Amino acid sequence: MNTPLKLTGGVIGFATLVFLLLNSPGCKPTTTKTAVTGDAASRVYVAPGTHDEFYNFVSGGFNGQLSVVGLPSGRTFRNIPVFSVDPESGYGYSEETKPMLMTTHGFIPWDDSHHPDLSQTNGMPDGRWVFINGNNTPRIAMIDLTTFRTHSMIEIPNSAGNHSSPFSTPNTEYVVASTRFSIPVGTEAERDVPINTYKENFKGSVSFVRPEADGKMSIAFQILTPPVNFDLARTGKGASDGWFFFSCYNTEKAYSLLEVNASQRDKDFIMAVNWKMAEQLVKEGRGKRVPGKHYSNWHNHKTHTVESTIYDDVLQLDYMEHPGLVYFMPCPKSPHGCDVDPTGEFIVGSGKLAALLPVFSFSKIQQAIANQDFEGDFAGIPVLKYESVLYGEVKKPGLGPLHTEFDAHGNAYTSFFVSSEIVKWNIKDLEVLDRVPTYYSIGHLCVPGGPNVKPYGKYVIAYNKITKDRYLPTGPELCHSAQLYSIDGDKMELLLDFPTVGEPHYAVACPAELLKDKSVKFYRIEENEHPWVAKGEKESGIERRGRNVHIKMTTIRSHFTPDNIEGIQLGDTVYFHVTNLEQDWDVPHGFAIKGAANAELLIMPGETATLKWIPTKVGVVPFYCTDFCSALHQEMQGYLRVSPRGSNVPLKAYTVSVDDEL
Amino acid sequence: MRTKTIVPLATLVALFAFTACGGGGDDKPSGPPGASGSAPAADAGKSKAKMFTAADITLGDIDLGMVDKGQNIYDVKCQACHSLGKNRVVGPGFKGIMENRRPEWVMNMILNIDVMLETDEEAQRLLEECLVRMPNQGLSKDEGRNVLEFLRTL
Repeated sequence: MNTPLKLTGGVIGFATLVFLLLNSPGCKPTTTKTAVTGDAASRVYVAPGTHDEFYNFVSGGFNGQLSVVGLPSGRTFRNIPVFSVDPESGYGYSEETKPMLMTTHGFIPWDDSHHPDLSQTNGMPDGRWVFINGNNTPRIAMIDLTTFRTHSMIEIPNSAGNHSSPFSTPNTEYVVASTRFSIPVGTEAERDVPINTYKENFKGSVSFVRPEADGKMSIAFQILTPPVNFDLARTGKGASDGWFFFSCYNTEKAYSLLEVNASQRDKDFIMAVNWKMAEQLVKEGRGKRVPGKHYSNWHNHKTHTVESTIYDDVLQLDYMEHPGLVYFMPCPKSPHGCDVDPTGEFIVGSGKLAALLPVFSFSKIQQAIANQDFEGDFAGIPVLKYESVLYGEVKKPGLGPLHTEFDAHGNAYTSFFVSSEIVKWNIKDLEVLDRVPTYYSIGHLCVPGGPNVKPYGKYVIAYNKITKDRYLPTGPELCHSAQLYSIDGDKMELLLDFPTVGEPHYAVACPAELLKDKSVKFYRIEENEHPWVAKGEKESGIERRGRNVHIKMTTIRSHFTPDNIEGIQLGDTVYFHVTNLEQDWDVPHGFAIKGAANAELLIMPGETATLKWIPTKVGVVPFYCTDFCSALHQEMQGYLRVSPRGSNVPLKAYTVSVDDEL
Repeated sequence: MRTKTIVPLATLVALFAFTACGGGGDDKPSGPPGASGSAPAADAGKSKAKMFTAADITLGDIDLGMVDKGQNIYDVKCQACHSLGKNRVVGPGFKGIMENRRPEWVMNMILNIDVMLETDEEAQRLLEECLVRMPNQGLSKDEGRNVLEFLRTL
């Protein structure tokens, strides 16, 4: 009898509390909003006219782009077009930028961008470049952090899904590219094999890409591996400098229904590669050139034009011939992140299906290698004994660990997709210190400098896969989101939600001071070496070359020169080479012409860009500036007359000015 | 046994409600720091460039080498808006400019246009007339001086 009475009392008490809660002044219903501390707004407020403290480079996922976001405000400043064409700027549409997206498959105008990583000097971001991988048609792109434009791009041969990429070594000696999907490689006959011969005929590959000082990229060497799926990677640093770690799953070698068939084994692997040894082998000429046609595309700042270099082969190292080059470490189960702590001593594996987090010790790895402490081999690669290389395990940290970053105080922050939370834990004693919910289903996370030797810390940002009810609804398709948490205190504190563009797989952040004073404001017109530049209106003009007509045009606030063009015929292809004569910051001009089948041009000050246009009708066609440039922007226009093919209208381009007394 | 489950739950709810209310009660609309305008305004547009005075510019005999250089710069960076006649295209025509303007004023218009548009009444009057802000064309001091020499010949 006692029991139901107490139960009732409890229920009444609960109802009363809820009632009080809902009706007390200053109280809000118990939603996730109450997780936010009272002064959160002031801690993320960036007053008008002042700047954010950090740049945050956030991958756009399936939009193929890279967002530039300010922290702590969460404001998006730009979406840099990288792997996908961008009609807004003309990237991938202008004649100058089209070659950036050329591959051995032809012109590929889209990709799936996943992981940005900053170029480094001595293990810290140096503000030169940010790299990002294209997962679908395997590529790595480099964005110049003085122009915030895609500067170069390299295609990865013998790869089928560049997921485990582009992570940099501590001095950006290399960025890596390892394949998510193993495939048959080699000659046409070797590639045309039954899928069920996966175990015999398929190969994985890991490529080390070298960026030169001018930003050109080439493949230094490639290692073919057993047919596993590579997921993520991290460079060794400090204690482990010279090594690189790659997580792999599907050690079951499944080729169908991987959801089940690749989740059988208790442990998959983290692969450790001694890249300094590989570099030495390459120097000694021990590599072998094998077929592997690929493009390397590079933006020439002087001509404002992308140049492509096509390589026919790639240098490969065979791990069977070079013992000591590659090792496997068992890691439970289907690891995603394999993250190296700031000292380089600890490597954290995040098995998506595991209920614990293994922390490996680099010194124990070295000891185990010296002692040949192997449990066997996997396709000829020695497998180190789990117990011999393990520093310890974080027990029951959460469900579905994905990725770990670090602060400068010996703490790690791991994202848990299934339990939708960030867990803070201490690396040395492996104790969980704090946990906060994310809304909802976090993928990667980011601590500014978190992958580097001296993390800047201050915040951890969650990049979430699902938003559901967090924002105003926009139909079936919702934004993805990020959430900013303070990590200054012992406890993490949620400060801000902000929506992102595309899917924010991963992101990196660095102090604004590292970049903001180096930002290019305009291109110097004197240094413009574009073959069709018009350095001043005097150099503008028109020229027919067979059926192609080239127009050298200039823009300045607020007119085009020339702005009247006649003598174009049906069947002609017209190239507008537009030079923006402005030499001041933030004065781009746009160029759009009726019926353009591609896009507009957005031309930065001092830049020359080219739009190809094919007339389809006889008549007079207007063109105009699309970017509001001055009070007389609306007057910035011109006309082009199209005549029938074979017409005797003479070719001319002119401007009619006010009568001049000169 | 069920009471044991329920009571802690109720306590938890009470604790949570207390914390939430405590937080809510403290949630004064105090306003973020700097919101009242105390934060430093952006420096955008405020050039720290040195302004030219009459003492900075000596005009001697016309130097034809400088005139040539000045004309080349004019062709690339000025001609689109300024004719060599008297009529305005975007900005005023240049013919006879040195009869009406002090050389230091011309140098400041070429090299320190943003400051001039903020502070100089004549520059502001011209903006009202022309309606297009003269761009800073990024000339060096020497380049500006060469353009000035060229303008002396008009």
